[in-house]
Amino acid sequence: MADSVSSEEVAVISNTDITSTESENNIINTMVERGTALLRKLEINVAEAEKRTGKNTVNMQETYTVYLIEIRPAETEGGTPAAPDTLWRRYSEFELLRTYLLVTYPYIIIPPLPEKRAEFVWHKLSADNLDPDFVERRRVGLENFLLRVASHPVLSNDKIFFLFLTEEKGWRDAVLETGFQDKADSRLKSLSAMFRVKNPDKRFTALKQYSDELNSVISQLLRIRARVADRLYGVYKVHGNYGRVFSEWSAIEKEMGDGLQSAGHHMDTYAASIDDILEEEEHFADQLKEYLFYTDAVRSVCRKHELIQYELEMAAQDLAQKKQQKEELATGTVRIFSLKGMTSKLFGQESPEQKESRLAALEQSIQEGEETVKEKNTECQQFVRAAWDDIEHFKEQKDKDLREALISYAIMQISMCKKGIQVWSNAKECFSKM
Amino acid sequence: MSISAPRGLASSGQKPITEILHPLSAAEEPLSPGPDVTVSGGRDKEVGLTNGTPVETPSPASASVLFNRLQLDDDLDSDGRDPYADTETHDLFVTVDDPKKHVSTMETYITYRVSTKTTRIEFDLPEYSVRRRYQDFDWLRTKLEDSQPTHLIPPLPEKFVMKGVVDRFSEEFVETRMKALDKFLKRVADHPVLSFNPHLNAFLSAKDLNKRQGLALLSKVGESVKNVAGGYKLRVRPPEFCAMGEYLDTFNQKLGTIDRIAQRILKEQSEYLTELREYGTVYASWAGSEEELQRPLEGVAGCVTTCCGALEDMSENMGQDFLPVLREYILYIESMKNVLRKRDQSQAEYEGRLEAAVLRKQEDRTPIPAEVEKCQDKMECFNADLKADWERWQSNKRQDFKQLLTGMADKNVTHYEKCQAAWESLITLLQDKQTEDKTKSEGRRYKGHEVNPDSEGHHADQNERGVAAAASKPDDTYVTVFHKSLHEVFGS
Repeated sequence: MADSVSSEEVAVISNTDITSTESENNIINTMVERGTALLRKLEINVAEAEKRTGKNTVNMQETYTVYLIEIRPAETEGGTPAAPDTLWRRYSEFELLRTYLLVTYPYIIIPPLPEKRAEFVWHKLSADNLDPDFVERRRVGLENFLLRVASHPVLSNDKIFFLFLTEEKGWRDAVLETGFQDKADSRLKSLSAMFRVKNPDKRFTALKQYSDELNSVISQLLRIRARVADRLYGVYKVHGNYGRVFSEWSAIEKEMGDGLQSAGHHMDTYAASIDDILEEEEHFADQLKEYLFYTDAVRSVCRKHELIQYELEMAAQDLAQKKQQKEELATGTVRIFSLKGMTSKLFGQESPEQKESRLAALEQSIQEGEETVKEKNTECQQFVRAAWDDIEHFKEQKDKDLREALISYAIMQISMCKKGIQVWSNAKECFSKM
Repeated sequence: MSISAPRGLASSGQKPITEILHPLSAAEEPLSPGPDVTVSGGRDKEVGLTNGTPVETPSPASASVLFNRLQLDDDLDSDGRDPYADTETHDLFVTVDDPKKHVSTMETYITYRVSTKTTRIEFDLPEYSVRRRYQDFDWLRTKLEDSQPTHLIPPLPEKFVMKGVVDRFSEEFVETRMKALDKFLKRVADHPVLSFNPHLNAFLSAKDLNKRQGLALLSKVGESVKNVAGGYKLRVRPPEFCAMGEYLDTFNQKLGTIDRIAQRILKEQSEYLTELREYGTVYASWAGSEEELQRPLEGVAGCVTTCCGALEDMSENMGQDFLPVLREYILYIESMKNVLRKRDQSQAEYEGRLEAAVLRKQEDRTPIPAEVEKCQDKMECFNADLKADWERWQSNKRQDFKQLLTGMADKNVTHYEKCQAAWESLITLLQDKQTEDKTKSEGRRYKGHEVNPDSEGHHADQNERGVAAAASKPDDTYVTVFHKSLHEVFGS
């Protein structure tokens, strides 16, 4: 798998279905045709979800959902489509995969997973994790995640990712063998330490600020959208009462009766139509949510850059200190009060031999320090280069995705308007026959 | 108020009557010294609005202009509101408009201009213009009810308003009441019998209405005493009148429900509107932190704003046009029930007398007195009048509700059309940007156009769509939609 890196093409997943009539199931097929090597060879689906009950680690009965991942060789010309290889994965396994990627590729914006629990829901939408609609939306989200990873120029070549798709049983051990958790832990420790970078990279500062802004604006948008959905639902459903009262009224009318009766049916239709409209709109919310979660991934890259920058600065500082010590030793001046200065004063000057050996030791350590600084510098530069490549890639993908999401949102709105016009025109016809 | 001189004139001869407070009017507003009357052509008074707006001086010329406008209005109305306008000769046109606020130390009240144009010989002049206040309308209605007890008198808007909840002098309230008064007077003027009532004549033309009002109060007392007396249980009510009563009960109930639904919808819509506005604002603020996405996001914000405007227009229309009609019919039902009750009394009176006569006849074999036959005639006349008015009312009701509900559907369609047009032009904006590159000036122009709130209603809507269709490459959707709406406008 890892033999060919194809990065000449930027692979972007298009998960916006342009025609609103197509259901979200069709996202499977909305991959941009250009893809990475992996996607040229494989088709990846999360085909279905299933509820299971089993014992968990503390031997408690629990119900959870598993998702069926299907992979099959991409259609070769003339060939018949091969039967897919299938395996089941739990959400927690997806989480493990993502954590692994996050640790292993600190300079890459790792695609986010769909939400663990439904957030920003409007009141008619269930917040239950086992709710079929929620599971279905999560299935779509998980598939989207796999496709995003598979189309990423770097991530798609990861061996563990490939095993995730192909080895149901051995995968977990393989991930743990990579020892990423130790790395993660040490990283976490250093992350938790409050570090202050002296010379932050302006580009990363700006990026961090942008992702903060994006995070707050999208979550605000999602909150209000949920409220808008609630209210719209109310407006439509109250119209449903006309359906009942028109039908009852029609019973006492002669000439008007028929018109009222059938207009009442149209009002029922109108009230019922909001369910589908809002369900469809939930897809738009999911697209926004993906980018809301992406902001965390972006911030994580920024943080990791800060960490590397910090390590570099620490190494440089260390080196500078040693150099200063050497200078002091050589010239015999003590600029700052130190324990060494005290001992030399208390116990008298050290012998020239001692001084020589100390100087040599310092020289040695300065050399090592210079090595480290150089190393850290290279690491940092490499990180910045790799990260920036990925960030550019991400920005492009984000602009494209969100633009498409907005277009499909507009299409949804138009289709809602059309439905509204249709129903009300029908009702109008009935009324004018009265 | 600067009309002290004419008011002094009008009220000078009526002191004794003004002392007698109308039992109803006392509760809401003290009885005025007298309604302000402006006869067309008279230059004796200039009524000024309290806010200082100058008032046109009524003149014969302006009255004829008014009449032309009236005719036009009636033509427009005739297809729906007044089915009788086509079938019956229309020789009495009335209009209530131009509300004015009068402030004096005693009270504050509103007068409305009542303009009349007629060819009927009962009127001395072909046109009149007088100013009347609500209680004058109330007087007229009472007079009509008393002198024409067998007929269904159209309802007046509610007299009582909840103080503190409704501002009696707010523009909105006055406007709604004015429309209702106009409707009332038009219904009376279109009625084949009521329109010949001398009280109507006096109301429309007399400079001074108050002497008659005194009489009205007296006869009203007599009537109400009679009402209380009628507690007789009918033997058999004719089935058609039973059916009317039942119909009215059910209809009343359904109208009440529809009224509640309509108000609830308005409430939901206004809450929706509040959220939607905020929703648009968030898109606009998001646009601030994006480069490539700035214009698409601004575009969405603009679309949401357009939709807000469209929704607001619709809600406003519904509040102003839909609810008052429901109210009128709820009040109509009351009037109708009142007439039904009076009919029952008339039948009761006849049955009572007949019974007594039959009893006497059995005793002394005298023939049934003429008095009883007169009673029977009266009852039969009542029945006939009531049936005719019922038919007329049913027909009016059918037309009114047809128009009302069609209008509701229309407003919803228009609202959706406006929204659709906005979103469609957004899509062109987004897709244009995607394919070819952004000539910025054009993008700005486009966006500015789309954000522009659609204040001229349907026509502006047409316009906008036209521009959208022209600006984009000829797209089938636009063309069909455009033609379809053109067809709606010009075809029918």
